[in-house]
Amino acid sequence: MSDDPKRTPLNQWHRDHGAKMVDFGGWDMPIQFDGILAEHEAVRQRAGLFDVSHMGEVRIQGDDALAFIQHLTTNDAGGLELGQAQYTVMTNHDGGVIDDLLVYRLADTDYLLVINAATTPKDVAWIEKQAEDFEGAFEVRNESDEWAQLALQGPDAEIILSRIVALDLGSIGYYRAAFTDLDGVQVLVSRTGYTGEDGFEVYLPPSQAPGLADTILDVGASEGVVPVGLGARDTLRLEAGMLLYGNDMDESRSPVEANLRWLTKPDKGDFIGKDAIVADIEAGTAERLVGFELVDRGVPRHGYELYGADEQAIGEVTSGTFSPTLRKGIGLGYVPVEHTAVGGMLRVDIRGRKLEARVVKTPFYRRPKPGKQHRKIEE
Amino acid sequence: MADYPESYKYTKEHEWISVDGDEGTIGITDHAQAELGDVVYVELPAVGDQLQAGQPFGTIESVKAVSELYAPISGEVTAIHEELVDQPELFNEDPHGAAWMVRMRVADSGEIDALMSSGDYVTFLESADGGH
Repeated sequence: MSDDPKRTPLNQWHRDHGAKMVDFGGWDMPIQFDGILAEHEAVRQRAGLFDVSHMGEVRIQGDDALAFIQHLTTNDAGGLELGQAQYTVMTNHDGGVIDDLLVYRLADTDYLLVINAATTPKDVAWIEKQAEDFEGAFEVRNESDEWAQLALQGPDAEIILSRIVALDLGSIGYYRAAFTDLDGVQVLVSRTGYTGEDGFEVYLPPSQAPGLADTILDVGASEGVVPVGLGARDTLRLEAGMLLYGNDMDESRSPVEANLRWLTKPDKGDFIGKDAIVADIEAGTAERLVGFELVDRGVPRHGYELYGADEQAIGEVTSGTFSPTLRKGIGLGYVPVEHTAVGGMLRVDIRGRKLEARVVKTPFYRRPKPGKQHRKIEE
Repeated sequence: MADYPESYKYTKEHEWISVDGDEGTIGITDHAQAELGDVVYVELPAVGDQLQAGQPFGTIESVKAVSELYAPISGEVTAIHEELVDQPELFNEDPHGAAWMVRMRVADSGEIDALMSSGDYVTFLESADGGH
């Protein structure tokens, strides 16, 4: 990319806190602060603060906003209550995944779509194009520059955030959100995340973001909250079995192949890509996304080839890492369905050596505290 | 800038070698461990292997990246630091000391003289090529 990388309102804040910066999808973002392992452990044991202001936001408002969202996305947004969020995907006419996203119902006819950073220009163009072709009373507005987003994740997230916002956080359930006043501005506090831990995402005006980040580190010092970069964000989300758009799904894969059939609701009515998705559901797909863990020592990485018993590659690693919690290599990849049975053996070509891996259920890691619902990739 | 021992020699691949008589001890530099981040695995050669100067002899793997290890000089491996396999964090904690990887017999002391001094290495790191 020849353009200068984009910067979130916390860019200088990251540098002041010792971040190592990298280009991520056209954004200048922190890859790590103290170190990926330490940051990962902080989120699993205590709390970590993430800047996710690079995510895109699209507002859809009007009497027919819901009808348009139902047309645009595969999940059923019809039952969303006020303040409720839903994980879903947008697909193209062939059923290929354009992006995964969250849909918030902010008010009766007011919805906020939260999309991936690297895909924001593509997504906005797609949404606007579909809006042109869809009859109805609604408006689409790209609000990506108007929202910063901080994620506070980990078992101590609630106690820390409760010292800052006037909300009763205990009353906000999983995938629920509420507006509250923070220093005179309205912010949206949502019990969502991308780490497999309990936690919150706070949507707020960009000018407020550095102040809130400072406050979180300040009031959470007793719990040991730390800033966390994209490196640990990736190890955390992969342990939790959460997919990364561009790696684990893209426009060449249907949600059914990506183990996201639970996000597709053909009974809700028509939506873009429905015919292809229904065909995949009924006939099955030749390949599916599978989780595996290395039996041998080694780290599977994006693009490494996967093998069965034969000498012919059967797929590629779409995401792979060293799991800090499990202390072993874990990964995801698309393989023919006959290789997807849990307990089955795969081999990963790691720089010329084919190391043994075992197909496992995802998520790889489940937080110990029971009770809460999980975003899952299993059906 | 970290402390780079003056008695060591350094390579552009960010390894150090400390020579005592005809035995050389090899590790990665503080700069290398900082670039890699948390090291989780290392693959070392076997005792008796013949290393060739400038050729890969193993790999080191962090959470986010994998990197090849290059022999600073040629010679036979006389000892490997097996504890590193179970304690890869030593690379990050003490790269110039406890995280030594390999001892080897120096075949040609002329190869040592061609390597960088600590001062040259620091200059190299500060240049565009070395420091990133």
